[in-house]
Amino acid sequence: MRETFENAWIIAKREFRAYFATPLAIVFLTIFVALTGAFAFYIGNFFDRGQADLYPFFAYHPWLYLLLVPAVAMRLWAEERKTGTIELLMTLPVSPVEAILGKFFAAWAFIGLALLLTFPMWITVNALGDPDNGVILTSYIGSFLMAGAFLAIGSFVSAMTKNQVIAFILAATIAFIFTMSGFEMVQNAVKTWMPDFITQAISSMSVLAHFERITRGVLEAPTLVYFASMIVFFLFATVLAVEQKKAE
Amino acid sequence: MDALIEAHQLRKVFGDITAVDSITLRVKRGEVLGFLGPNGAGKSTTMKMITGFLEPDSGRAVICGHDVQDEPKLAKGKLGYVPEGAPSYSEMTPRSFLSFIAEIRGFRGPEIDKRISTAAERTGLEPVLDQTIETLSKGYKRRVGVAQAILHDPPVLVMDEPTDGLDPNQKHHVRELIKTMAADKAIIISTHILEEVEAVCSRAVVINRGAIVADGTAEDLLHRIRHHGAVSVRVPSDRSDAAIRLLKDAQLVAGVETLAKANGHSHIRALPREGILDAAKVAALLRSEAIPIDELYVERGRLDEVFRQITTSDDQKRDKNREGAADA
Repeated sequence: MRETFENAWIIAKREFRAYFATPLAIVFLTIFVALTGAFAFYIGNFFDRGQADLYPFFAYHPWLYLLLVPAVAMRLWAEERKTGTIELLMTLPVSPVEAILGKFFAAWAFIGLALLLTFPMWITVNALGDPDNGVILTSYIGSFLMAGAFLAIGSFVSAMTKNQVIAFILAATIAFIFTMSGFEMVQNAVKTWMPDFITQAISSMSVLAHFERITRGVLEAPTLVYFASMIVFFLFATVLAVEQKKAE
Repeated sequence: MDALIEAHQLRKVFGDITAVDSITLRVKRGEVLGFLGPNGAGKSTTMKMITGFLEPDSGRAVICGHDVQDEPKLAKGKLGYVPEGAPSYSEMTPRSFLSFIAEIRGFRGPEIDKRISTAAERTGLEPVLDQTIETLSKGYKRRVGVAQAILHDPPVLVMDEPTDGLDPNQKHHVRELIKTMAADKAIIISTHILEEVEAVCSRAVVINRGAIVADGTAEDLLHRIRHHGAVSVRVPSDRSDAAIRLLKDAQLVAGVETLAKANGHSHIRALPREGILDAAKVAALLRSEAIPIDELYVERGRLDEVFRQITTSDDQKRDKNREGAADA
């Protein structure tokens, strides 16, 4: 167990640094902060609402993550396979699980850093009014968990292909399906011809529904279990994909 | 000492192509095994199974007593591997890359720097330790791959075409490095450069179409050539008939063939009845009839000829049956 953690940590460190090897990391962080801010102010009507909360900021995270998270995840395995370093990595005394966890946590930490860099939003809202900082904290945690779920999807897709562009598009598509399944439009369409329990099952699979509850300040066990199982499921799928595809 | 590398009946099938078909190998400490074969013969696939990157469909590979599939971490801990093309993380510097490998290999603290400097010194990497790998020349990139493999001084080294694409000086350097490490390790190198086998390997295994077709020292392989140990002489053409007659009658000679006639000279080859034909006796024989000798030498045969002989003879038959089948 300790060895698993140590090896994953060593791989995560290397992977995290690799993000900063090119200016792309800075570009990404800038875009992330700028977009989350722009959505909150221009589309979320942050000022006009006249409420001291960050709801308009968090509300657009699922949609932004659809594109931003796959961009972070796409290189995780596709690049290893393309450059052949996967052969090196997999013949080191490291188990596939350790490598997959290490890479996943590096990418997650990178998104976490991007989220932390949105702190001016938090300062702004605290300067303007008296927001419920508990809800803000819960929302940050929720947003981070959601990013983790999307990342796990991205990690899996990245292990399926050598091509980063394909990895990006597929990951965005799968994440889109998971997000849309909670959308009212989809729910209404399904409700008319599907039994209730299926409608509910589809709804409970939705990232949107769970995230919505978190941004209202409700962080419950089912939501935590939902995100945790999304992450575990897709990381497990990554293990299988890496084992299957590594040599191709 | 028992074999450090053991492969038992390794077999790997990709789709309907059998890339490796029951290969069995043992490599002892102190042995450098040259793994030869045409492109697509299954060299890389075999090495990938020995190093645990690929799971064999059947059979098993054992490194220092640890089955690669059952105890992967123990086996891989004893192993240094340079995959084909020596891939490494190009955005890193050799120092940070080697440091990462050292940490994964379980080294901590000052031991890491010590390991890096030893490996860098042995591979001649010192001048470029702090440049990013992507800016390095092919030769240096390859050395990074080798440094990574010898960092933990493993008892077993597997290198897939370690000198491919290097210039002659760099090739020489890598070969010298392999030779200095040979004494206390079991090493497998794959190559299709035959001079390399003679230069560094104590044993050569030739594989073709996924199966071992020859196993022995370079010298053993040379014995497979028909004209190994034959004596070639060059005599003036007007005396060649006399020379051929003389040689044909000699006890030691199994047969005589004329290789070429040019510029008033004939090139004649006398095949030995057994072993190596005694050049001095051939010379004495010709001199007894006062036949002038322009040139005389014992033929050893060349490894390429053996290679071609054993990897093409049964291919041609098979090719007729399976034309268009891609190499694995």
